Amino acid sequence: MKLFRPLLVGLGAMALGLTAHAAGGAKHAHGPDEGWPFAKVPAGQLDSESVQRGFQVYKEVCSSCHGMKLLSYRNLGEKGGPFYSDEYPNANDNPLVKAIAAEVEILDPNPDENGDPVYRPAIPADTFRSPYPNDQAAMAANGGAMPPDLSVITKARGHGAEGEGASYIYSLMTGYKDDKIKTKVGEDGLNVNYIEFDDGETVGTLTQPTGLYYNPYFAGDATPQWDGDPRHVPYGGFLAMAPQLPEGRVEYIDGTEATTSQMAYDVAQFLQWAGDPKQGQRKSLALPVMIYLVLLSILLWFSYKRIWRNVAH
Amino acid sequence: MSGHESTYKPNTGIEKWLDDRLPIIRLAHDSFVDFPTPKNLNYWYTFGGILAVCLAIQIITGVVLAMHYTATVNEAFGSVERIMRDVPFGWLIRNIHMVGASMFFLAVYVHMFRGLYYGSYKAPREVLWLLGCVIFLLMMATAFLGYMLPWGQMSLHGANVIINLFGAIPLVGEGIQSWLMGGPSVGNQTLQRFFSLHYLLPFMIAGVVILHIWALHVPGNNNPTGKEVQDVEKDTIPFHPYYTVKDGFAIVVFLIIFAVFVFYAPNVLGHADNYIEANPLVTPAHIVPEWYLLPFYAILRAITFNIGPIEAKLLGVIFMFGAIAVLFLLPWLDTSKVKSMRYRPVAKQFFFGFVVACLLLSWCGASNPDDPVISMGEDKLVVSYTDVAGIEGTRVFEEYAPAAQFRDEQTAAGATASLAVQAAPAFRFLHLSQIMTAYYFAYFLLILPILGLRERPKGEPDSIHQSILGHDAPAAAPAE
Amino acid sequence: MSASDTTAPEQVDEDRRDFIHIATIAATVGGAGLVAYPLIDQMNAAGDTKAASSLEVDISKIPMGGEIRVLIGGKPFFLRHRTPEEVAAAVNTDVAKLPDPESDEDRLVQLPDGTRNPAILITSGACTHLGCVPVGPAQGSVGEYGGWYCPCHGSHYDTSGRIRKGPAPSNLPVPDYEWVSSTLVKISL
Repeated sequence: MKLFRPLLVGLGAMALGLTAHAAGGAKHAHGPDEGWPFAKVPAGQLDSESVQRGFQVYKEVCSSCHGMKLLSYRNLGEKGGPFYSDEYPNANDNPLVKAIAAEVEILDPNPDENGDPVYRPAIPADTFRSPYPNDQAAMAANGGAMPPDLSVITKARGHGAEGEGASYIYSLMTGYKDDKIKTKVGEDGLNVNYIEFDDGETVGTLTQPTGLYYNPYFAGDATPQWDGDPRHVPYGGFLAMAPQLPEGRVEYIDGTEATTSQMAYDVAQFLQWAGDPKQGQRKSLALPVMIYLVLLSILLWFSYKRIWRNVAH
Repeated sequence: MSGHESTYKPNTGIEKWLDDRLPIIRLAHDSFVDFPTPKNLNYWYTFGGILAVCLAIQIITGVVLAMHYTATVNEAFGSVERIMRDVPFGWLIRNIHMVGASMFFLAVYVHMFRGLYYGSYKAPREVLWLLGCVIFLLMMATAFLGYMLPWGQMSLHGANVIINLFGAIPLVGEGIQSWLMGGPSVGNQTLQRFFSLHYLLPFMIAGVVILHIWALHVPGNNNPTGKEVQDVEKDTIPFHPYYTVKDGFAIVVFLIIFAVFVFYAPNVLGHADNYIEANPLVTPAHIVPEWYLLPFYAILRAITFNIGPIEAKLLGVIFMFGAIAVLFLLPWLDTSKVKSMRYRPVAKQFFFGFVVACLLLSWCGASNPDDPVISMGEDKLVVSYTDVAGIEGTRVFEEYAPAAQFRDEQTAAGATASLAVQAAPAFRFLHLSQIMTAYYFAYFLLILPILGLRERPKGEPDSIHQSILGHDAPAAAPAE
Repeated sequence: MSASDTTAPEQVDEDRRDFIHIATIAATVGGAGLVAYPLIDQMNAAGDTKAASSLEVDISKIPMGGEIRVLIGGKPFFLRHRTPEEVAAAVNTDVAKLPDPESDEDRLVQLPDGTRNPAILITSGACTHLGCVPVGPAQGSVGEYGGWYCPCHGSHYDTSGRIRKGPAPSNLPVPDYEWVSSTLVKISL
C-alpha cells in the first residue's frame, strides 16, 4: 500500500488544480444559507412549490428576454415537473399545463393551406415561446448583448458540482450593488453612475459604463473602470442585464412574500429543474443502486475470503 | 501459460461435437477458467478486469446513445439534451457514458502505473506492453472524438485546437489539417466524420484488447515479485474461482465510485462550458481538455522556446506526441534485469517521483501557465511617464497612494503618465510544467537506462512461492 | 493442472455450494437483470414522440366529396367529407356479405350531443394488407366501390373505408378520435 500515499497526495493536488481555474476574477457564488434541498445527500429533491413560484418569476420577468428552447409546456406537467399531477400522467391532458400553454400565442411551425404563417395559442407539445424571432433581433433589442438561452444555464455555470449552477443564478440575482450606485455629472455633461468601494485594500471608485451593470459574480474584468489600486480591483464585471428582481416584482399566487432573495431562490430552483428535469428520477434511483452495490461488494468480499481461505498468497 | 496442457473435458455430446469443430469452449475454459495465475497478484492487478468492464459499458451505452443522437451541427446539442429529457432512462445511459469515459481513463492510468512499477513491460512481455500502448492511443482518439459530439463550446474549440496542432507539421501540416476537417473549419462535415470514427474506434479497441489478452496468455501474468512462474503447482492457482472472485470484488468497488459520479455529480468531471451550444464566433475563456488529457496538454504548452530551426509550436507537438511515443520504447529503455521495483530501492524513489510529476503536469494543464505557483514578493506599481521635454522615465512604488500621487503630479505638470502593475517574480505554472516535462522524459530516457546498469537490487526472492512464504515468516524460507 | 498445494479440489467444490456463493451469484444475476431494463426501455417512444401523438383537425375546410390527409406521429389518416350519395352507398350495403362485417354507423364516433355526423368519415390511411397508402378522390381513383383503391396489390375500399375486394384482410381502422366541437376533432394514436 506504499503506492497509495503519493497517489493520494497527487489526487489532492489535482483536485486543487481543477478548482483553481475558476472564471476570471468573479466572486465565488454561494447558495442560500440553508443550502439547496436538491443537493442534499443521499436523495435530496427539488422543492416543487419553489419551482412553481420560480416558473412564475421566469414567466413574468425573465421570459421577456430569455428563451428556453429546449423546454416544452408539457415538461411542466411531466413527472418531476412543477405542475405534475397523479390525475394526469399524460401531461398533454393536464388542464393547468394546457392553460399555461394557451396563454401564449406562438407561430405554428406549419403554415396554413395557403402557405401563410399561422399564429395560434400554444398546446402542451409546443416548445416555450422564444422572446425574439432570431438571434439578431435579440441582440439588436439588447444593445448588442445576446440574452443567453436559459434551458441548461444551471449546467453551463459553476464547475459541475450539484447546485453550483443554481448558486450562480442566486448570487447573480441578489448580487447587484444597485443600492450603492451614486450619480454625478461627467465631463461631457451626461450623468455617470459610480460605486465607491472601501473594503480592506479594495478602496476606490468604480465607474459603471452606460448600459452596463456591475455585479461581483459576473465573470469579467473591471480594471479599466477602476481608479483605485490596480492590484486590488473589485471582483466581477459588468453585464447588460439590469437588476431584475426588486422587492415585490412579482405577486406570488401562493401568497409568499416576494423578497429579492426569495425570488432569486425560486427562479434558481426552477432553472435547476429545467436544466435537468430528470434529476428527481436520478436522485430516487441513487440510493437503491448504492445500497445494492455496497451489499454486493460485501457478499463478494466474504465469497473471496472463503475461496481464498486455504491459499497462502 | 501457452505451454500448459488443456484441461477441458467436454461433458455432453453437444460439447464434444462442437469441440471437434470449433473448440471455442475449450479456448474460454483454458483462458479464463483454468488459466494458471500467480498466487500473489495484489489489487493493482484487478484493473485489467475493471478495464474490460469499462470497455463493455462504453460500447453498450454508446450503441444505445447512437440510436438517439443526431450528428448535425444544428441538432447535435439538442439531441443530446433530448436524450437527457425525453428518452426513457436516457439521462442514466448518457450519464454513464459520459462519466464512463473518465472512469475508463482512471482505470487505465492505474493499470499503466502498475505495469511501470512491476516491470510488466519487460521480456517476455514487450508485445503485451506495445499492444497496451496502442489501446491507450486509440482510447485517447476515441475520447477526443466523443467529446466533440455534444457540440458544446468546448467540443468545437477543443477540436479546433487539437486539429490546429497538425498544422504545425512542416510542409504537409496544413493539408492534413484541412483533410481532417473536410473544409476550412470544424463544421458539420467534421462532426459527421467524428461521429462515424467515434463509433468505429471502440471496436478496434476491442480487437486490440483480444490481442492484448492473447499476448498476456503466452508468457502468463507478471506478478509483484517480477519472478517468472517456475513451479506451476506451487506458484499458481487457476484463474477461476480465485481471480474471478477477487476481480469481481474489485470491479464492484470500482462501480461504487462510478455510481457516485453518475448519480450525485454527473457533470463534475466535465466542463460547464460544454453546456453552451457551440458558437464559432466566441471562444471560451479557458480551453481545457478533459482531465485525463491534461498532462499531455501541459507538455504541449510547456514548450515556449525554439530549438535551432524548430519553432516552439512544432516542438510542443513533437514533445506531446513524444511523451506517448516514449512509452512504446520503454521495454528497451529500461536496462534493469530486475522487473519489480519492490526490489529496486533507488528506482522506486524515481518511480514515485514520476507519478507525482504526472499529477503535477495535470495540475499545470488545468491552470493558466502565467499564474504563479509560488509568488516571491509583492506585486509592485510602475508609473511610466513622458514629460513635456519628451524624456521618458519610470518609477516603481510599493504603495498605491504615492504612486497615484506621483502620476497625478506628472499629469498636472503636462506629462503623460500611466500606472501599471509589475508582477512580482514568481515560480509560475509554466516553469513547473517545464521542470516536470523534463523529468517525464528524463525518467524514460536517462534514469531507467542508466539506473538499470548501476543499481544494486535488494531482497529479490528466488521464486513466487518463496516470497509468499516470506509473508508469514520474516526469515526467508530456504529455497525449495 | 494447477490446483494449489494447500487446497484440494474437493474443497473448492464444497465452496461452490456455500450459501455465500449462491447469494453472491444470485445478487449479481439479479443486478444484471435490472440493468437490462433501462437498456430495453430506452427504445420505447420518447416523451416528445408521445407528445406528438395527437392532433386537432378543423373539418369545416374539407370540400364536399373531397378529403384531407394528416400525419400524426408519422402515420397517415384520411378525413373525408362524403356526399349524400356516398353516405347512402355506405349505409345501404348488406353488412352480412362484407369480408369484414361492420355497419357504417359503427365506424362513426358520436358528437358530444350523442348524434353522429355521417358526412365526415375518419379512417386510418394505411392499407390493412401491407401498409401502403391507398389513393382516393384527390388522386383521381376511388376504386370499384367509390372509396379508396390501394395501388400496391389492388385492394378496393368502399365509401365507409371497408374492404370489398382484394388481398387486404380487414377494413381501414377508425382511429381513436373525439369531437371537441362540431367542427373540431381530436385524433389520437
